[in-house]
Amino acid sequence: MSLLTVLFACMFYAATALLVFGLFFKIRSYARTPAPLKIPTTPAPTTKTGVVLRMTREVTLFESLFKSNKWIWLFGYMFHAALLLVVLRHLRYFTEPVWFWVDIVQPFGIYAGFAMVAGLGGLWARRFLVDRVRYISTPSDHLILALLVAIGITGLGMKFVAHTDIIAVKEFMLGLMVFDLQPLPADPVLLVHLTLVALLMTIFPISKLLHAPGIFFSPTRNQTDDPRDRRHISAWAAKLESGASSKSEA
Amino acid sequence: MAAPQFEVPKLTGFIDVPSIKEGATAHVKSFPASAPIQEAIGFPGSLVEDWHDKAIAKMGDLLGRYRSLRVFMDACVHCGACTDKCHYYIGTADPKNMPVARQELMRSVYRRHFTFAGKYFPSLVGAQDLTEELLQDWYKYYYQCSECRRCSVYCPYGIDTAEVTMAGREILDTVGIGQKYTNEIMGKLHRIGNNLGLPGPALEDTLLGLEEDIFDATGVPVKLPLDAEGAEVMLVTPSADFFSEPHVESLIGYAKVFHAAGIKWTLSSKASEAGNFGMFIGSYDNMRRAAMRIRDAALDLGVKRIVVGECGHAWRVAYSFWNTLTGVGHGGEDAFSKQLQQQLDPNYPAPQHICEFTYDLIQQGKLKFDKSLNDHRTITFHDSCNVARGSRMGDMPGGQFVIPREVIKAVANNFYDMQEGTINEATFCCGGGGGLLTDDLMEIRVKGALPRMEAFNNVVQDKQVNFLALICAICKAQFTKVVPYYGFDMSMIGGVHQLVATAILLEVPEETAQESVASDD
Ligand code: SF4
Ligand code: SF4
Repeated sequence: MSLLTVLFACMFYAATALLVFGLFFKIRSYARTPAPLKIPTTPAPTTKTGVVLRMTREVTLFESLFKSNKWIWLFGYMFHAALLLVVLRHLRYFTEPVWFWVDIVQPFGIYAGFAMVAGLGGLWARRFLVDRVRYISTPSDHLILALLVAIGITGLGMKFVAHTDIIAVKEFMLGLMVFDLQPLPADPVLLVHLTLVALLMTIFPISKLLHAPGIFFSPTRNQTDDPRDRRHISAWAAKLESGASSKSEA
Repeated sequence: MAAPQFEVPKLTGFIDVPSIKEGATAHVKSFPASAPIQEAIGFPGSLVEDWHDKAIAKMGDLLGRYRSLRVFMDACVHCGACTDKCHYYIGTADPKNMPVARQELMRSVYRRHFTFAGKYFPSLVGAQDLTEELLQDWYKYYYQCSECRRCSVYCPYGIDTAEVTMAGREILDTVGIGQKYTNEIMGKLHRIGNNLGLPGPALEDTLLGLEEDIFDATGVPVKLPLDAEGAEVMLVTPSADFFSEPHVESLIGYAKVFHAAGIKWTLSSKASEAGNFGMFIGSYDNMRRAAMRIRDAALDLGVKRIVVGECGHAWRVAYSFWNTLTGVGHGGEDAFSKQLQQQLDPNYPAPQHICEFTYDLIQQGKLKFDKSLNDHRTITFHDSCNVARGSRMGDMPGGQFVIPREVIKAVANNFYDMQEGTINEATFCCGGGGGLLTDDLMEIRVKGALPRMEAFNNVVQDKQVNFLALICAICKAQFTKVVPYYGFDMSMIGGVHQLVATAILLEVPEETAQESVASDD
């Protein structure tokens, strides 16, 4: 077993642990924090089904973003949709036999890699070209874009320029999942690609990538607009009522 | 009007997004509250010694109490979608008035103290320590936000800057930095019962005077009852309705509607104020205390329904928060809310907006109008932000956009909406909401009104509009003051129920029939 294989195996175990536990704690803190007041942004759905539909539209179509800015929407949507296809395509490296629908996604996934990088390029360009967006950009905004672009380019590089031994990579991945280490090819592009992915997984729970779970907990989007029909009260707010059972002494 | 100390924007016919001008409104700062004002509503009188640690502790407390704040601090991706959505940014070009930058004033401190990345790599993620200078920036820019929530409509994650602003103001208050205007009003409300500090007897006089005026004008004995026990409806309205112009015209409108429908109603000297500035400073306690007066008054008077007059933020608090704060509403299983529910009529929503109330009566054919009495007016309608984005009317989503317009169309012939993207949920704030309706903030008020003025000017030019119909006391006060800066006459400003008052037909009793005059404006 080469040192390289062990190193990368450890790196992925660590990155996965950080991703899973980090997200778990973050999501738990979102879920445990009360939302004491009804604050859905109107026009808001009055039923739970309506809320599910609203959230589905937000997550699949980026509805609010579409209303706000067509350029951001275009680039953002392009990037996210492409990323989804690319991730689905990558499932073939983690499954044996490969699920039939992954095979169907496969050809789209390959070209989605280009769309992903192009979308990121558009988003990044805005950070230089639009003075307002330049003003609000922090170094980490640029670094995350750089990271994603680098992941995309190294991935495309392996597909279209310097082929890597994909069979061996798959064996390494399958092995990782059952704690049975298989040798990882010492291909520099592959190693860079994998390292960056592990880095992305690591920073996920401590960066703005938290927008992914965050959106589901956003009270302005996930609350039903029914405050006159149903009393909505958090535990800490209800405590104020002990002692004020009938009338306050204002 | 004294010459303004700042440049009044020119109307161009378009709502332009300016290039950023750093520090453009860094000099605009409202008067801070004095110690007595602060202490009267439970806050320290001046900046406390250990303000830094106290502020951070308060932030931690709020992060644990409000999911909105906790999620919003993490979820922003700096996409920029909200950067051009705030009327204060459009009007001033100060980049700190971009919603995301306004949030960053707090988020940078949040990162520093509550996140891994900010603790260990502060400059990488834009984390900062809370310095006294930054605290002053909070004070300035959190009082250059009207908490109108326009940005929240457009943010892909629904991040609501108003929530951040409220938290910011609450933290500032906790360490002893309060705003004179808002906090003084809160104190008055707790002490006297309304925002204007109007004592009960003065209120009674005013109402009697109004009854006489209405009788002189119409020959109809329309009553404005105060503290009438056992009335069916208690009306709670912004105290500005009692004697500010044009607000009072709407009050006359409500009274005429009640009279025409034959519904017994009353005002309450205890609940003589619908406005609730507790919301503006994010103070749950103050907001609850203010709302409790209304619950108490309803219990005292034994009314079956509670109707809220034309006030934007009051309606948000009433519609969205009253049930939570005081149990005014339905569906509460606890003893606290049940007590009130036993009394309230379940056939009607509690509370109900006056536009909903009037609309309902119109639907039932209980009111008669002569629309032509409003023919001298060509009307447009401004959706007030707290109604548009924080509340609802009727039973369908977006009812708050439909109902006031339907009321206007039922009482007037000439109505035109302003352009898409400036109405309904996309409406632009009047520029004076959220605790900014104070002369010391005149510059930001005038500049913040710019996008609304552009859209208004366009319908004035194209459709000869001469009346801006409103359902918010702050909008009324703000616009009457601000439209002259843009070359309009303040008589163009008025309430929806002012239009109702003009067109409504009341039965004139026999004995006074001869002297009646149909007009009242
Ligand atoms: S809430 Fe309104 S005033 Fe405040 S930042 Fe958002 S758009 Fe501007
Ligand atoms: S739109 Fe939302 S996510 Fe985008 S910059 Fe503004 S607050 Fe942040």
